[in-house]
Amino acid sequence: MFATAVIVFREVLEAALIVGIVAAATRTIPGRSRWLAAGIAAGLVGSAVVALGTERIAGLASGMGQELFNAAVLGIAVVMLAWHNLWMSSHGAALAADARGVGNAIRDGRRECSVLLVVVGLAVLREGAETVLFLYGIAASEGTASMSMLAGGTAGIVAGAAVGWFVYAGLLRIPLRWFFTATGVLVLFLAAGMASQAARFLVQADVLPSLASPLWDTSGLLPQASVAGTLLHSLVGYDARPAGMQLIFYGAVLIAIAAGMVWASKTGVRPRQKEAAS
Amino acid sequence: MRLPDVAPKGVALRNANDYHYVAPTPLPPPLTVSMRRIAFALLLAAFAAAPALASDDTFSLVIRDHRFEPAELVVPVGVKIKLVVENRDATPEEFESHELNREKMIAGKSSATIWIGPLKPGRYPYVGEFNEKTARGVIVAR
Repeated sequence: MFATAVIVFREVLEAALIVGIVAAATRTIPGRSRWLAAGIAAGLVGSAVVALGTERIAGLASGMGQELFNAAVLGIAVVMLAWHNLWMSSHGAALAADARGVGNAIRDGRRECSVLLVVVGLAVLREGAETVLFLYGIAASEGTASMSMLAGGTAGIVAGAAVGWFVYAGLLRIPLRWFFTATGVLVLFLAAGMASQAARFLVQADVLPSLASPLWDTSGLLPQASVAGTLLHSLVGYDARPAGMQLIFYGAVLIAIAAGMVWASKTGVRPRQKEAAS
Repeated sequence: MRLPDVAPKGVALRNANDYHYVAPTPLPPPLTVSMRRIAFALLLAAFAAAPALASDDTFSLVIRDHRFEPAELVVPVGVKIKLVVENRDATPEEFESHELNREKMIAGKSSATIWIGPLKPGRYPYVGEFNEKTARGVIVAR
C-alpha cells in the first residue's frame, strides 16, 4: 500500500505544484476559482480519455506518438505560461493597485482565465493519465490486495494535493509588493523546465539530436529521485543528466519569456490608458 | 540556409510615446565573413550530431510477470540504440530510468520503442515504475 501511495504521490505532485502556483499567481483575477476548478475537471476527464487511448496514441508516428503527444502538451503549456506572464507583466500593476472597476477586470481577465484553464487542464491531464493507468493496472490484476493498494493510491492523491495547497497558501503569505515578481519568476522557471522536458521527449523520439547525453551528471550530488531532486525537477526543471538539447530549450524559453516580461511591463497597460483605448 | 539580402524598407529605430522615427532605406549590414563562418560551423555541428540517426541498432526487452527479460542487456557504446520493449502482461508498465534519462508508458499486451544513447561505457539501471520491486533491469554499454 505504501509503495502505491508513493508512486501516485510522485505523479500527482507535479500537477499539484503547477495548480498551486497558477492559483496563487492569479489570485487577483475575479472568478478565477471557477476557471481553476473547470481546468482541473477537464484535466481529469482528459486523463481518463488519454489513459484509455494510450495504446492508440503510442502507435501514432511509427511508435513515437506518446513522446510527440507529451512534447506537444508541454509545448502548449509553455506558450500559455508565457502568455500568462506577459499578461501579468502588463496588467499586474493595475490589478494589484485595484485601480480599475471590477467589470473592467472581469472583461480583461476572461481571456487570461481561459489561458489558465488550459495550463491547469494540461498539467492534470499529463500526470493524471499516468496515475489512471497505474491504478487501473492495480484494479485489473490482483484480487484481494487491490483494495489496500487503491487505498494507497487515494492517500497518494490526497498527499500530493496537500503539497499543492501548502505551496498555494505559502505563496499567498508573500507581501503584495513582491508577490507578482515572486510568482512571475516561479512561472518563468516552470515554463523553462517544461520546455526542457519537451526537448527530452523529442530527443527520446529521435526527432532532435541530443547534442550530448548527458551534458553533465549531478546525480551523485543531488539524485533526481530524491525528495529535493523531485521538487526541483517539478519547480525549475532540474535534471541530473540533461541532454544538451534540453539546456538549449531551457535557456531559449527562459530568455524569451524574461525579455517579453520586461517589454510588456514597459509598454504595460495603466488604468487610465486602457480606459482611453477602449 | 537562406539569408535575407534585402533590408526591409523601413525599420523603426526608436519607438517612444511622442514620435516614431522611421529610417528611410537600407539598414542592416550584410553578414560579415566571420558571421557567415560561424553560421556555417553551427550548421556543420548540427549535421555532425546527426549520423547517429542513420545507425539502427535494435535491441529487445520483454516484460513478463512484472519482470524484464533479459535482466541485463549489453549494448554497444557510442551509437543510438532502438530499444523495443514488449509488454506481455495485461497491465500497463512505465519504463523509467534516471540514468538513461528516459520514461515511457507501455500499455498492457503491447510493445513500445524507446531510443536511447549514444551511451558512454557503463551500467544504466532502469525500472518498471509500476512494479518496482520485481521489474528491474540494467543496460550495460561496453
